[in-house]
Amino acid sequence: MSLPGWIAVAILGSLGSLARFLVDGAVSASSSSSFPLGTLLVNASGALVLGLLTGLALSGEALLLAGSATIGSYTTFSTWMLETHRLGEDGQLMQGVLNVLVSVVVGLGAAALGRSIGWSL
Amino acid sequence: MSDIQKASRRDVDHLELLAIACGGALGALARIGAAQAFPTSAGRWPWATFAVNIVGALLLGYFVTRLQERLPVSTLRRPLLATGFCGALTTFSTVQIELLRMADRHDYVLAAGYLLASVIGGYLAVFGSSALVRRVRAIA
Repeated sequence: MSLPGWIAVAILGSLGSLARFLVDGAVSASSSSSFPLGTLLVNASGALVLGLLTGLALSGEALLLAGSATIGSYTTFSTWMLETHRLGEDGQLMQGVLNVLVSVVVGLGAAALGRSIGWSL
Repeated sequence: MSDIQKASRRDVDHLELLAIACGGALGALARIGAAQAFPTSAGRWPWATFAVNIVGALLLGYFVTRLQERLPVSTLRRPLLATGFCGALTTFSTVQIELLRMADRHDYVLAAGYLLASVIGGYLAVFGSSALVRRVRAIA
């Protein structure tokens, strides 16, 4: 990739991270449950948009920048795992198991839905 | 809250966002660097995504446990290292697309193996690095 490409990756990666922080913060603030809804919403919405971008047949550097750099940074795997682990530690094992299952089902569903929307456009 | 307290709170908020942006830029560069160095062909195990996700989970468990339980409260290390770097280094959406593509090719065993290995590996990575930080603390 060219130097401008890498600079764009850095900028879009920081924007994706900021969006994640703001969305997670807004959802967590409005939820009183210990279930990590903020990360779930971030990951589900990101999977939907990345599905849409692949469905629109974006490829090459366009997909890399809009998809991998931006949406890839917006969604997160590590926080999902950390929150699952901490739920288990706090004795909320069922919530932890639910967090894994719901994220996978909703994530795959959102990605598939986004892709079908992209295909039909 | 006094005006001075409000102003300094605002500065912290801005610095926190800046720290997230810097960490996020570095995490994205590392993840995409790995993806470019080890491209995945269709029907194969996505090593680059798998590796950044497991390493990112390992680092996040380490950073968060250390910052919460060992070091004095710092306002900027967590947004820089945890929210920014580890958050952007790892990705959820790419995994979902990789799984859909495996399912498209009817590679169901590969898809199930990749999903299970990611979730179990990611969980064990957080578990292991958190336990390591606490063990060091218990000895010290």
